Amino acid sequence: MISNNDKKLVQWALDYALKNGCREVKVNLYAGSDSSFELRDGKVDRLQQASESVMGISVYVDGRYGTFSTNRLNKEELEVFIKNGIEATRYLAKDEARQLPDPSRYYKGGKPDLQLYDPNFPTVSPDEKVALAKAVGDEAIGKDARIISVESSYNDGESFTYRIHSNGFEGEMQSSWYSLSCSVSVKDEGEARPSSYWYESSLFLDKLVKEGIGQKALERTLRKLGQKKIKSGEYTMVVDPLNSSQLLRPMISALYGSQLQQKNSFLLNKLNEKVGSDKFLLKDEPHIIGAMGARYFDGEGVATQPRVVFDRGVLKTYFIDTYYANKMKMEPTISDPSILILQPGSTDLNGLIAHVDNGILVTGFNGGNCNSSTGDFSYGIEGFLIENGKLSQPVNEMNITGNMISLWNSLIETGNDPRLNSSWRIPSLVFEGIDFSGL
Amino acid sequence: MDRRKFIQTGSLALLGSAVAPSFAAPFGVSGKQSALKAAMDHFGVTENDLQKVMSAALEKGGDYVDLFFEHTFSNYVGLQDSEVNRCSSNIDYGMGVRVISGDQTGYAYIENITLNEMLKAARTAARIASGTKKTDLVALTEKPIKTNYYPFTTSWEYVLLKDKMPYLQRLNERIFALDNRVQKVSASLTDDTSHILFCNSEGVQYYDYRPMVALSAMCIMEENGRIENSYASRSYRKGFEFLTDEVIDIIAREAVESTAILFKAVKPKGGEMPVVMGAGGSGILLHEAIGHAFEADFNRKNISIFSDQLNKKICNEHINVVDDGTIMFNRGAVNIDDEGTYGQKTYIVKNGILTSYLHDRISANYYGVPSTGNGRRESFKCVPIPRMRSTYMEAGNRTEADIIASVKKGIFVDKFTNGQVQIGAGDFTFFVKSGYLIEEGKLTQPIKDINIIGNGPKALADITMVANNPTIDNGTWTCGKDGQSCPVTCGMPSALVSKLTVGGES
Repeated sequence: MISNNDKKLVQWALDYALKNGCREVKVNLYAGSDSSFELRDGKVDRLQQASESVMGISVYVDGRYGTFSTNRLNKEELEVFIKNGIEATRYLAKDEARQLPDPSRYYKGGKPDLQLYDPNFPTVSPDEKVALAKAVGDEAIGKDARIISVESSYNDGESFTYRIHSNGFEGEMQSSWYSLSCSVSVKDEGEARPSSYWYESSLFLDKLVKEGIGQKALERTLRKLGQKKIKSGEYTMVVDPLNSSQLLRPMISALYGSQLQQKNSFLLNKLNEKVGSDKFLLKDEPHIIGAMGARYFDGEGVATQPRVVFDRGVLKTYFIDTYYANKMKMEPTISDPSILILQPGSTDLNGLIAHVDNGILVTGFNGGNCNSSTGDFSYGIEGFLIENGKLSQPVNEMNITGNMISLWNSLIETGNDPRLNSSWRIPSLVFEGIDFSGL
Repeated sequence: MDRRKFIQTGSLALLGSAVAPSFAAPFGVSGKQSALKAAMDHFGVTENDLQKVMSAALEKGGDYVDLFFEHTFSNYVGLQDSEVNRCSSNIDYGMGVRVISGDQTGYAYIENITLNEMLKAARTAARIASGTKKTDLVALTEKPIKTNYYPFTTSWEYVLLKDKMPYLQRLNERIFALDNRVQKVSASLTDDTSHILFCNSEGVQYYDYRPMVALSAMCIMEENGRIENSYASRSYRKGFEFLTDEVIDIIAREAVESTAILFKAVKPKGGEMPVVMGAGGSGILLHEAIGHAFEADFNRKNISIFSDQLNKKICNEHINVVDDGTIMFNRGAVNIDDEGTYGQKTYIVKNGILTSYLHDRISANYYGVPSTGNGRRESFKCVPIPRMRSTYMEAGNRTEADIIASVKKGIFVDKFTNGQVQIGAGDFTFFVKSGYLIEEGKLTQPIKDINIIGNGPKALADITMVANNPTIDNGTWTCGKDGQSCPVTCGMPSALVSKLTVGGES
């Protein structure tokens, strides 16, 4: 919780920096706490509890810019800290592109509460937390002779942020979250001990799915038994909703002003060009009440608004903050997306699989990377061979390789099954003609 | 949750942390009082306080408690578009209380170090135990640093920003001078200084001063409208004396050469093939294929693919693999680990036999062996867990040229960005930024941007030739496990893995 005294301290820090030579100042205070209860085979293995606070100060001084943070929040130390920060910043080269956002772009309040904080958060007892984690583990423990370990856990946290800028912005955000997870390891042939997991999360404890987690983790582990790599070649690739956002991440990273200005983006100069298939319709929807990732303003205080990112494969926006907008002499948009929603289709994962004759369902990525300049990627995968609309052999130790733009042009179908507890709501995806390397 | 274990090299995180204006001197340099006493004064604690807190932590019957105090100053200064025009800094200060009961752990930390707050944290951590057993506290005795693996000449806490900036300028100029295709350079210098004070219920108490520096450059080049990027970095536990014209020249050349080669590079045809690992960064193979799976927490829980392999032959008898915290100035060097065990050199594979796991206190206790000094934590906000330090393979008796000549059709790889492993299944991967095709025993076409995947025990058994050119890669390697980041390094002589699955076009 951020108290009135905390807010006074933030205002004091801002005033102190201005008094000591800054032209403009941004100050934010973060306060949060979290707890974690991990059980192994039904017994508490580790409990952790903590709370922390940190103040961040960004100074604009003599056309120069520096940013400083500390968790030492008494005034005497902050005075030295702020003065030293200003002094250090004065050594830097001038950077006239560093400006606070134009105040007309700030969020000015007045919209309904986003309902991201559970008022019951402080009342959940450690015993309740352990009981929840135990119930999750009990769904798997002893249910199969091949099980060698069941780990279940309860995690929660709350966070509060207060931010003021010297040109008039004031904003506050609060959020809570809860998660329950389970990881199961089983003995396979030889020495292999495959494992898998499942988790549920929510901003509110009463909305947290508490059942079926252990059972699902066990099912997901058992179905992996007998994994092997199969023949290299082109396959249709289906990616489940737990993993589909990994393939979107490089497309989003390529849209940031910091990447574009440094010529380090394969989507440079591609605005209003078609870079994906007609099925690729992606929106940023920041104002969904009660949803993970919802917000009225970004890290700069700039008001968020719904926007289309890709419209039937056509790139419609970049994510450009004030600094890189100034550097590139472009209009700023927003620093980064809030809630990304990829247009869902009409069928679930099984429905998608049923239409694939020769494909691979990807249920996990293992390492890999994407070249930010070219969009060339290569990732390790595991999953299942799909033959005539049905899952057959579990597969592992294979790579997929290609280019991001070709990949998104080969998107042929989307599922109706995004995970709604994530700020990236990306459903199951189907891509055709993907290069898999195996045997 | 997906508990991922991964490693990545530094300059991917160019926009990273911090620029601390210094306001604390390294403790104990003033001469009269010991560094340990100065650290206690700095954190405002007395031995009596520490004993009271440890008593409270054990009041529910815990077997053991330790207190870990940390004050860390982090600085970042960056160059972009040929100007050193960005800096940041962070100060992190606090202490954590860990209680162990059997192999169970309770942990709590605070940022405001007062006796009352410490007692509260102690009582939170104490809840892991439930019994009436009484553990007697022992009077605290200093455990001195036996060998300082990171002595420094000039502490980062005394270095002004203006004295760091010229090095970034020089790095930038050097890179632009080396190749006229260079379009953009991003460079950064980060330094961290940590003061650590530790004590435990066995009476061990120590103070450690931990410097760290990393200098990185990312280079963007353009040729005929095509853009490529690569990077280079060096990181050590050193003071300001790290910054020399020599290190700048090394980083500049590597950044330029590793970018330039990409214009000639293609994606290979994918599939299973022999892979020659070039000396140095190829140690990523050891880190992922076996290093994590040898961390004893996974073995204690019986979830590592190597859980039943201790004292068994797992690879060619000429292979020795070491995890070493005793390399002078190394990013993974450890004077004393984060639970009071001296840093040491640990053979994990000796003459092809798996000889030791990497232990922290809990796993060492479980296996009835001494800890190997691998109990490390990201900060006072985290519990110590078994972590690697510098993991490398010792020299073999072949030459790199022999090894390459022995391969009819395969690839040679020597520049990496990141890797990952599944501990139980044993499947590991690493991403190759660049390398070469090997055709008829010769390096031919450069290759780039491919992932390689293998299975730990199989890959280790498939190492058939090891060269006489052992090399540690001193890039900015950072390992992630259970949400904690930890500085490490890796190394390897050139070696042949007879079969791995290489990503590529079909």
